[in-house]
Amino acid sequence: MAPTPLDWSLQRKGLVDQARHLGRIKQALRERLPDLITEETLIASDGRRVVRVPLKALEEYKFRYHPYQGEHVGQGAGDTAPGDVLGRVPRTGASSGRGRDAGDAPGTDVYEVDIAVDDVAALLFDDLGLPYLEPKTALRDRERAETFQDISKVGLLGNLDKRRTLRANLARQARAGIPTVGPITEDDLRFKTWRWEEKPSHDAVVVAMRDVSGSMGDQKKFLARSFFFWMLRFLETRYQQVEVVYLVHHTQAREVDEEAFFKLGESGGTKVSSVYELCRDVIAQRYPPAHWNIYPIHFSDGDNWSDADNRRAVELLEGILPQVNVFGYGEIREGGYTSTLMAAFGKIRHPRFLTLTIQGRRDVYSALKHFFHKTPEGGEG
Amino acid sequence: MRAVPDARTIWEAARSLGLDPRPVQFESVPASVLYEFAAYVIPGRMSHWSYGKAFWSMKTRYDYGLAKLYEMVINSNPALAFLLETNTPLEDVFVMAHVMGHVDFFTHNRTFEHTAEDMPERVARHAERIRQYEFSHGQETVERLLDAVLAIQEHVDASLPKPLSAGLPRRAPQQAQPDYSDLNPSAEAPHTPRDIHIKEGTEDLLAFIAEHSTELEDWERDLVQMVREEMLYLWPQIRTKIMNEGWATFWHARLMRILDLDDEDITNFARLHSSVLQSPRVGINPYLVGFRLWERIAEVEGLDALWLIREVEDDVAFIRNHLDRETVEALDLYTFSLHQDEVLVDSTEFHNVRQRLVEELTHGGIPVIHVEDGDYNRRGELYLKHRHEGRDLDVPYAERTLQHVQRLWGRPVHLETRQDERRVVLTYDGRQSSKVVI
Repeated sequence: MAPTPLDWSLQRKGLVDQARHLGRIKQALRERLPDLITEETLIASDGRRVVRVPLKALEEYKFRYHPYQGEHVGQGAGDTAPGDVLGRVPRTGASSGRGRDAGDAPGTDVYEVDIAVDDVAALLFDDLGLPYLEPKTALRDRERAETFQDISKVGLLGNLDKRRTLRANLARQARAGIPTVGPITEDDLRFKTWRWEEKPSHDAVVVAMRDVSGSMGDQKKFLARSFFFWMLRFLETRYQQVEVVYLVHHTQAREVDEEAFFKLGESGGTKVSSVYELCRDVIAQRYPPAHWNIYPIHFSDGDNWSDADNRRAVELLEGILPQVNVFGYGEIREGGYTSTLMAAFGKIRHPRFLTLTIQGRRDVYSALKHFFHKTPEGGEG
Repeated sequence: MRAVPDARTIWEAARSLGLDPRPVQFESVPASVLYEFAAYVIPGRMSHWSYGKAFWSMKTRYDYGLAKLYEMVINSNPALAFLLETNTPLEDVFVMAHVMGHVDFFTHNRTFEHTAEDMPERVARHAERIRQYEFSHGQETVERLLDAVLAIQEHVDASLPKPLSAGLPRRAPQQAQPDYSDLNPSAEAPHTPRDIHIKEGTEDLLAFIAEHSTELEDWERDLVQMVREEMLYLWPQIRTKIMNEGWATFWHARLMRILDLDDEDITNFARLHSSVLQSPRVGINPYLVGFRLWERIAEVEGLDALWLIREVEDDVAFIRNHLDRETVEALDLYTFSLHQDEVLVDSTEFHNVRQRLVEELTHGGIPVIHVEDGDYNRRGELYLKHRHEGRDLDVPYAERTLQHVQRLWGRPVHLETRQDERRVVLTYDGRQSSKVVI
């Protein structure tokens, strides 16, 4: 009855089923993307933080008792007395990002995974593409980059790959039956060689425009902010360089920095034409369309000043559209009505003009997908 | 260094103390294999993502040094016990001594009377059949079905008379060959003939569904029966956790005294023994509770009283019959509950503690649900009823579970229970869930 070695090593089901489980996690996260991309902690953390996401799809449901109801039996290390506080339990009622003190108290075993901005980005960007991408050459001089990729037996001594040379020497010695390094011959020498890489010459500029008139509340600002957060991240993965111009407007438009762009809230009315005029000028003066991929995107609640200004905005838009890759107008509103501005834009039939309506958090995801849809001809950068 | 006692010596020593374990086959395996077995509970079992999830979490805890599992023992004949290959020789002695108690318990406790002695082979055959089903019906389809079956896997009734087919070697399904059953309606399903019929009133939801569902195809019925058979095997272990762990601990402590060990070994043995008996962070430590109870019984009633108890009782009886004031105090047991958002100790009084513990252990801590009507509304709907014994169900969980039941039943399904003192009926009709207060 001594231990007998049977071949249990052929059993490797755990790893296979673990892979199935990971596949399900990925699938569940993908389904949760609309919620995840508007997770404040994730966006506010600038990519450093990890959020804990409860995944209901991975719960193993069964008929079970209410976890918090009634008395249970526990065991202490001695001298437990009635009235002792054993722990605290977060209130029941699921909400995303809810914290939990694992193990300290009886409770629901919500299945949670930790994910970082990059994980979410990887899932999200799978679904996105760059419509109407065209090769453009930036004005700024760009050096061709050299990359060391190859090994050669001839080369400049300065590029000697010492490690590989030593390895070649050892191999040669070993073949001769000598287990140590010997005198280095010319045959042992290995050199790194480089290649000139033609970097793709795509550069992109985002013209971010936002309505800062009184009617844009905190929630609406947050929606615009999450949209831009993912949009910039996405463009950065696709272009070598992405510049952003931040324009805000009420009845007048001006350029601001990033922080102001997301924070500003001012009172007053709205004249959309003002910001389109500024956008047109920025493009004309700084980002010649021959050299830049241009993505203007404008968020407003659509409460424009007058029909006359709506017409003016449409006119300006029609001038801008031929110069840009995509122009997005995102209307953030609460009710189901259609603004006069949206109605006016509805008459524009241009494939590069996209209107998005964002009513709540979950719409940010569909807006991103709408704006960066995958086109058969444009494809990926 | 002196040699430590081997498996045969320990087995003989166990017999000399009065234990009567079946032969045990020990194997040393690497951590990844041991943790895999622990995650699947029975080695070689079918594939399912939930086992992968369990494996991952166990393995992670092990890799980070948060938990160590020394052994795993399978109730079969001969019993199989797996040792972690990184165990020290003394750790192996400790584990083998512990395993002798478990195997004696498997061999003699009446709860295990009908468990299949060849379960590892059976689950391997199940796994192979399921693999074939994955091959012919698609992995996704099989996985979704298993999700549904596993959701109610605990709802089996071990007291049912055995279907005749359970004693016979099961016919393998017509594996991977084309299914002509719709052309040939008399083609024998894997589970006929059956000489008993599961009727309304049963708590065995899997058996009822396997027999009466109009939705399931033969291979799906087969899968339900496989899960049921594995669960029937596992139920006795759920029902005797405290007794069994306590029994193994009680006897390894005694075996230590008679085995030929030097002082250093005995010190290490004692260290391992006390690590098993640590106070838990949550709930109760079944090793500790069981161990102290067996010690207490031996002290009060004498060693001879133990043999009958180990034979006829399960955890509920064990606690009800033997947990006394002294043991509750020694174990520092208490009852607790949630007050607002604070968890407070309510009582340390032994009647309360014993009563609550018995309630928690009743039916393995799993709500009892029976089939009230298999043709509800005369429309073939399934009406289930929860026997409410003081604690409400987790209703959101029940609603999701009902969706799984509906997947198996095909027609609308209902579950009657009580929530906040009111009778409620949860329904899932295949498209939406609803809840009605009666």
